[in-house]
Amino acid sequence: MLTISLRISFLLIAFILKYIHTTELTFELPDNAKECFHEKLKVGSKYVLEFQVVTGGNYDVDLELKSPSGKILYQTTKKQYERIEQTANEDGVYEFCFSNEFSTFTHKVIYIDWKVDGDPEHEITGASPRVAEGALTMIETKVGNIHQNLETCIDYQTHHRLREATGRARAEDLQERVQIWSLGQFILIIIVAIGTVLLLRSFFTDKRTSSHMTWTK
Amino acid sequence: MGNQSFLFIIVFILIQLILPTHLLYFHIRETDRKCFIEEIPDQTLVIGKYKVELFDPQSNTYLPSTPGIGMHVEVKDPDEKIVLSKLYTSEGRFTFTSHIPGEHVICLYSNSTAWFGGQQLRVHLDIDIGEHAVDYQQISAKEKLTELQLRVRQLLDQVEQISKEQNYQRYREERFRATSESTNQRVLWWSIAQLLVLVIAGFWQMRHLKGFFEAKKLV
Repeated sequence: MLTISLRISFLLIAFILKYIHTTELTFELPDNAKECFHEKLKVGSKYVLEFQVVTGGNYDVDLELKSPSGKILYQTTKKQYERIEQTANEDGVYEFCFSNEFSTFTHKVIYIDWKVDGDPEHEITGASPRVAEGALTMIETKVGNIHQNLETCIDYQTHHRLREATGRARAEDLQERVQIWSLGQFILIIIVAIGTVLLLRSFFTDKRTSSHMTWTK
Repeated sequence: MGNQSFLFIIVFILIQLILPTHLLYFHIRETDRKCFIEEIPDQTLVIGKYKVELFDPQSNTYLPSTPGIGMHVEVKDPDEKIVLSKLYTSEGRFTFTSHIPGEHVICLYSNSTAWFGGQQLRVHLDIDIGEHAVDYQQISAKEKLTELQLRVRQLLDQVEQISKEQNYQRYREERFRATSESTNQRVLWWSIAQLLVLVIAGFWQMRHLKGFFEAKKLV
């Protein structure tokens, strides 16, 4: 008896685990480029899309979220951070595109977080592992709460890490630029000093020759 | 007992064989190279799963599996050293563990022999890091844990990841501070050097021109 119910619960867990997934990706979007991602969703499934621009220019990017029938579900221009939480109304392939076409020479590094809660028949409110039915004891509820809070904590940590990466990239860029510009200025000063002297010498050499010639006449 | 564990193994294998059909996908050309950046602390497990489909112009769809298409997976650590560089088939799974904290770059490109352009490929990709990479089905099958024990195990993994990330955060902040202080030092030294150069250049100019005019008997 026990083994059969255990088997069933394991099968259920395994089955459910396949329908909830989180994808986090960080990629570089070159200038004048558009990058699209697609996923096939079932009607009724909840999805959450979060993105943050980590480095590049004014830290902004355009986003467009399209349903399978081509209808634009969400559109935003020049945003640094956004979080979109929606429920799929149709079956099919949903698409979201990031566009850096307004920028002429800055690459942008974008972080995206795509969570899908895919199977509406099973009441899924969090992440794996769990059972689909059955009464939860007090401990199980508390454990579920802790799990949710830890997920939030990890999410905050990720965004903190991204903001820190933004600051650090700027600082490293600044350091390199200070070095190059200072060296350049140093060389420029020396060139200008020598150049000025040579130019002055050339004036007086010519003038002196011509004045000497008029003298001898 | 043996029968039960045998059944678990069968179920486990069957479930692993169910191909992940609903994953995020994107399109690239055959000769394109797509890279993803993962900033991770050290001793973190990363598992990546991908599936490649080739566009068939005749039927105007993407063929589910094409032999002959392989994907190179190249992983570079923060010091630009190659951690993993392997050629897999059209469907593959790669793992690596980071030894140095920092930005690792995972690049995918197909083993196409074309020079440029080429056909379109559809790549399904899923990258799991740290506690997302842990396979709880496998653990529960292997160690025969109850539901509650499995959940507590997940909590432990999550807390471990949080503490690793905090430690990495401290290391990053240290680097940031070092960079800022180095910039500060550089600005100071370069300013002093430029001041000296200007003064020396001025003196040299005056002396040289004075000597020049005296030689030309104009002064």
